Amino acid sequence: MQPIKSDTRRAVTETDSAVSVRNVSKVYGDVQALKDLSLEFPRGELTSLLGPSGCGKTTLLKIIAGLLEPTSGQIEVNGAKVTGPGPDRSFVFQDFALLPWASVIRNVAFGLELRGVAKSEREAIAEKYIREVGLAGFEKKFPHQLSGGMRQRVGLARALSVNAQVLLLDEPFSAVDEQTRRKFQEDLLELVKTEKKTFIFVTHSIEEAVYVSDQIAILLPRPSRVSEIIRPSSFRDKSVDNIRRDPEYLDIVDRIWASLRSYVE
Amino acid sequence: MLKLLSALIVFGAWEIGGRIPVSYAFPTFIDSMAALARMTFDGSIFVAYAETLQPLVVGVLISAVVGIGLGLWIGLSKGFEWLFSPIFVVMQAAPLAALIPILVMVYGIGLTSKVFVVCIMAMPVIVLNTASAVRNTPASLKEMATSFLARDRDVLLKIILPAASPVIFSGLRLGVSAGFIGAILSELKITPTGVGDIITYSRSIADYPSMYAAIFSIILLAVIFLNLLEKLENVLFEGNNRGYAAD
Ligand SMILES: Nc1ncnc2c1ncn2[C@@H]1O[C@H](COP(=O)(O)OP(=O)(O)OP(=O)(O)O)[C@@H](O)[C@H]1O
Ligand SMILES: [Mg+2]
Repeated sequence: MQPIKSDTRRAVTETDSAVSVRNVSKVYGDVQALKDLSLEFPRGELTSLLGPSGCGKTTLLKIIAGLLEPTSGQIEVNGAKVTGPGPDRSFVFQDFALLPWASVIRNVAFGLELRGVAKSEREAIAEKYIREVGLAGFEKKFPHQLSGGMRQRVGLARALSVNAQVLLLDEPFSAVDEQTRRKFQEDLLELVKTEKKTFIFVTHSIEEAVYVSDQIAILLPRPSRVSEIIRPSSFRDKSVDNIRRDPEYLDIVDRIWASLRSYVE
Repeated sequence: MLKLLSALIVFGAWEIGGRIPVSYAFPTFIDSMAALARMTFDGSIFVAYAETLQPLVVGVLISAVVGIGLGLWIGLSKGFEWLFSPIFVVMQAAPLAALIPILVMVYGIGLTSKVFVVCIMAMPVIVLNTASAVRNTPASLKEMATSFLARDRDVLLKIILPAASPVIFSGLRLGVSAGFIGAILSELKITPTGVGDIITYSRSIADYPSMYAAIFSIILLAVIFLNLLEKLENVLFEGNNRGYAAD
């Protein structure tokens, strides 16, 4: 994967998708969670999935991860059909899914451990990402000794350390307070810039989606399809402090709220 | 420290109970310890344990290995629980004393019958605990491992076993204590040998201190053994005693 310069990024990504979802349906027993959903995830960008609770966001993410089989339709990652989990994708779980009996460093290195990377090598990599998510000094701690937000960062570091091209994040900031959340959002923008990876990000928060995304896909309630794709254009290159004051930012937040409010009422 | 204190209280109560006396067949603590010391010095207690430990060790080992193996298999297989769990639930609830004559009829009065008694006592709780622990492995951890490309063997060794180990070990502890009961029971009900013989014989000649000394020694041995088991767990699954994150 070659790095993409930010000025040409938009033009290039029109045609270059890291992940393609093609006509995917998912039926659980008598519940139809997804119906004929198609969506492209441009390489190197962050796409948010936004929609009412229970509309199938987690289901879609797990299908992309290869953890669930779609009932029909297919997923392509870099042009290859998904048949199961692969080294090109890694998942950040909503409930962290940390091993309670393992230290932070072992948790972060766990993906590499499963790939058979030698201990010294994987711990060196893990240490780098522990530092990157701001947990330096906590390597030997255990999950129960960490706060919710710190655990979430362990899960993020674990997903980053396997160096997958596509990161799937299921409501990764749900367990943290508002201040920490804002800090995480800024960090996430920074990560998207530095890691040059494709991020697929599930969130409940409209503001959060607009703040961090290159592209926002709004899902309809069950059986869900994409109702609208919004691509903020003007404020993405501004400094993080000014985004929330940008007229386009405020405008998009309003627009999304207007289209979602009918489902809440 | 607290353990020591509670032991002191129990022994104190025993001594007082023996002095009142609660029953003429209830010796004091000091008398019982004297009898224990006597049996230790003349070596008779060691001879007895050489006899008793055979079915106990063999039975507990078989129960642990077969029990954990079966429990893993039942816990991992999707369809077999309905078939096997009831067997072990019945085994766990069965009145053992009623089964002993049948065992003796089939296997005679030798070691085999006694090993069977120990296994019947020890195995069900090990199997049932292991199976339910395996079954209750958090699905999110298995899913996480799968998403990071774990093979089935990795999921078993790195997720299911460590997650299940506290419950498996508590099953082992219960199983081992039940095995001790089974070993003594078999010596009382089948043929009086070993420690069971000391108990039966000293009761028949009204040497109650020796009888209680024998009972005391087997409890002591069980406690020591359970502590060793706990040590083993801490060595094998280091992280378990560090508590669990509540998430
Ligand atoms: N394993 C399952 N078996 C049956 N139905 C399921 C299963 N998983 C999800 N569903 C159903 O599918 C629908 C979509 O679930 P999903 O978890 O994908 O929603 P979501 O968009 O992630 O919701 P939330 O925002 O609340 O997390 C829900 O109605 C749920 O009831
Ligand atoms: Mg969800």
